[in-house]
Amino acid sequence: MSAHTHDTHHHDDHGHDGGHDHGTYKSYFTGFVLSVILTAIPFALVMAGGLESRVITMLLVVGFAAVQIVVHMVYFLHMNTRSDEGWTFMSLIFTIIILVVVLAGSIWVMYHMNTNMMPTMDHEALGIGS
Amino acid sequence: MAIASNETTFLFGRLNFGAIPQEPIVWATFVAVAIGGVALLAVLTKFKLWGYLWNEWFTSVDHKKIGIMYLVLALIMLLRGFADAIMMRIQQVWAFGGSEGYLNSHHYDQIFTAHGVIMIFFVAMPFVTGLMNYIVPLQIGARDVSFPFLNNFSFWMTVGGAVLVMASLFIGEFAQTGWLAFPPLSGIGYSPWVGVDYYIWGLQVAGVGTTLSGINLLVTILKMRCPGMTLMRMPVFTWTALCTNVLIVATFPVLTMTLILLTLDRYLGTNFFTNDLGGNPMMYVNLIWIWGHPEVYILILPLFGVFSEVVSTYSGKRLFGYTSMVYATVCITILSYLVWLHHFFTMGAGASVNSFFGITTMIISIPTGAKMFNWLFTMYRGKIRYELPMMWAIAFMFTFVLGGMTGVLLAVPPADFVLHNSLFLVAHFHNVIIGGVLFGCFAAVNFWWPKAFGFKLNVFWGKVSLWCWVIGFWVAFTPLYVLGLMGVTRRMRVFDDPDLRIWFIIAAIGAAIIAAGIAAMLIQFYVSIRDREALADVSGDPWDGRTLEWATSSPPPHYNFAFTPVSHGLDTWWDMKRFGQTRPQANYVPIHMPRNTGAGVVLAALSTICGFALIWYIWWLAVLSFIGIIVVTIVHTFNYNRDYYIPAEEVRNTEDERDRELATLGA
Repeated sequence: MSAHTHDTHHHDDHGHDGGHDHGTYKSYFTGFVLSVILTAIPFALVMAGGLESRVITMLLVVGFAAVQIVVHMVYFLHMNTRSDEGWTFMSLIFTIIILVVVLAGSIWVMYHMNTNMMPTMDHEALGIGS
Repeated sequence: MAIASNETTFLFGRLNFGAIPQEPIVWATFVAVAIGGVALLAVLTKFKLWGYLWNEWFTSVDHKKIGIMYLVLALIMLLRGFADAIMMRIQQVWAFGGSEGYLNSHHYDQIFTAHGVIMIFFVAMPFVTGLMNYIVPLQIGARDVSFPFLNNFSFWMTVGGAVLVMASLFIGEFAQTGWLAFPPLSGIGYSPWVGVDYYIWGLQVAGVGTTLSGINLLVTILKMRCPGMTLMRMPVFTWTALCTNVLIVATFPVLTMTLILLTLDRYLGTNFFTNDLGGNPMMYVNLIWIWGHPEVYILILPLFGVFSEVVSTYSGKRLFGYTSMVYATVCITILSYLVWLHHFFTMGAGASVNSFFGITTMIISIPTGAKMFNWLFTMYRGKIRYELPMMWAIAFMFTFVLGGMTGVLLAVPPADFVLHNSLFLVAHFHNVIIGGVLFGCFAAVNFWWPKAFGFKLNVFWGKVSLWCWVIGFWVAFTPLYVLGLMGVTRRMRVFDDPDLRIWFIIAAIGAAIIAAGIAAMLIQFYVSIRDREALADVSGDPWDGRTLEWATSSPPPHYNFAFTPVSHGLDTWWDMKRFGQTRPQANYVPIHMPRNTGAGVVLAALSTICGFALIWYIWWLAVLSFIGIIVVTIVHTFNYNRDYYIPAEEVRNTEDERDRELATLGA
């Protein structure tokens, strides 16, 4: 048995025992259609000039992007809670934690950068730069 | 020196004769390197070693050989980085009382940048990666890593990055920005020539290697452990390697992206990190430290693993608090993402941000302290053998604890406002990197050398090296703590106040003692190789080890284990010895192994050429080499001749040979 459990290369791919889900024609098609729709909507939104509020338009575009990421992960990367003994799901959770830390942390930190500036040095108020 | 013009020609881009540095020091170095290089090539050719090197080493996908090549790279680059350090020390002693010293500012600024970049990316990283490469598959009872070709490719990409950084010494210039290349100084406006571009592409090429190697080792540890080895039965070194590779995979993409944004600023005129048009240089500082702080733990965690193995082996005891050690490691892994702002407390954030990151930084010292107590309790009432690795481990404990304490001191924001960018900071991080990472690497080299080569290292020269390093370290860096408290900032080229000079003289003496330590280490290697017959170890287990790497012969056969071992608990090999388990001596089966390939060398060479072309704006070459990378990659995917079987006959011969060796021991 030992000769095969530790093979470093499986050239007949898919011979692993990790419980991979390789998807079907239907799942790929579903993923593709969803991706197209999720791309087309924000694209149309921007091309049509956007909504009344610029902020809401941006949030919508980012929101669609986030949903699209999930679609890719589920339909193209075949991620679920069972594959690879749960390791892919575990790494997803870890990735999300890191992303939240990086994004939230950066926004918080950068937002705070002017805290110690004197009021007269507020460039925005003086109309300098930006 | 006059910066060569930025005029470009089609054929050579920005490259012209003005690119050769106009400095006698560089010329002398170049002549020395050229003579040495030609001599080396001549020796290799005379003894017809090219075929051997290419077939047995350069194209090898064996994790053991790749591990050794990483260590050789680290050692070579250590000499380069240390040469930079000595030059800085001499300059800072010289340049007092109106003297300009012997280095102009253009040259000096390159030296301190190159010193930092080389020591972190091309000494510490290859050291750590090399150790993990060599030891982890053996410790988990595997025959190789998950992706052996990728492993070879990763190594050569690291070499490619090192080649670019070294090339900058003789062709053009290196960055004059400090090792993290903060904009706006690193922007095209203030660094118009090639220095920062060498920095960017050197790190990007090497970064590909680091990231892929991280993925490779991560998958190896998760998927290729031998039967019975659950996560909580993994040796601590493997645990720390796992956490380190998690950190690599999660953070190196941040570095890559940050450098790409800087590249866009420099090459395409975008404004991510400029001072105007909506750019914000502070965002670069923020992003690069999001990578940079976990990087610190990428470097130190595996060495914590090394010390755990060393201390338990030489104390003859199971590691005290294995579970707490694992949890401490995981805690550090997570916490290392929550402290990055302590590198720029002074940048202007408010009290809430600074106190949050100050507190997280202090918290991270708790799991680190827990580890220290675990090692001490492992030694407590153990039968300690003061072999070299154990001596390095004890030197580490003394040195690192002090470095850790100055770190906690720096974590207090008000204190940091005084000490930021001072020599106190420089002393602190050298205290933890030399005292932690380097001492750990030296402990590991002394510990596992017999495994890799079949003979022990010379003890006398090892002790000389140890004492020179430890004493040299303290003599070199205590003055920097003092100077830092007096308010002297880092990266200074000339000084006005003559009272400071004595401290720099002491620091230079310390650097000289460290130089003696490095020399003693090289002598130790030479003497040990010369006396390898006398120092030979045939048992494969010279230190009465506890983990699976000691179960094989030294050096291990190409396939590591004839039969995959089975683990029944922590310290698998210790258990096997205790229960008198003998090796299977019959019924050998053919072993499936990966075949060597030169694709990794070719791909890395093309990437290096591509990087060089991008640095010098030689666009046609950049395009051509990039297409070359794609083509070679595709061609390589059609290479189906990637594996072979070691016949059972050959396995039996190898194992019989080992049985005879063991019989001579009367074991």
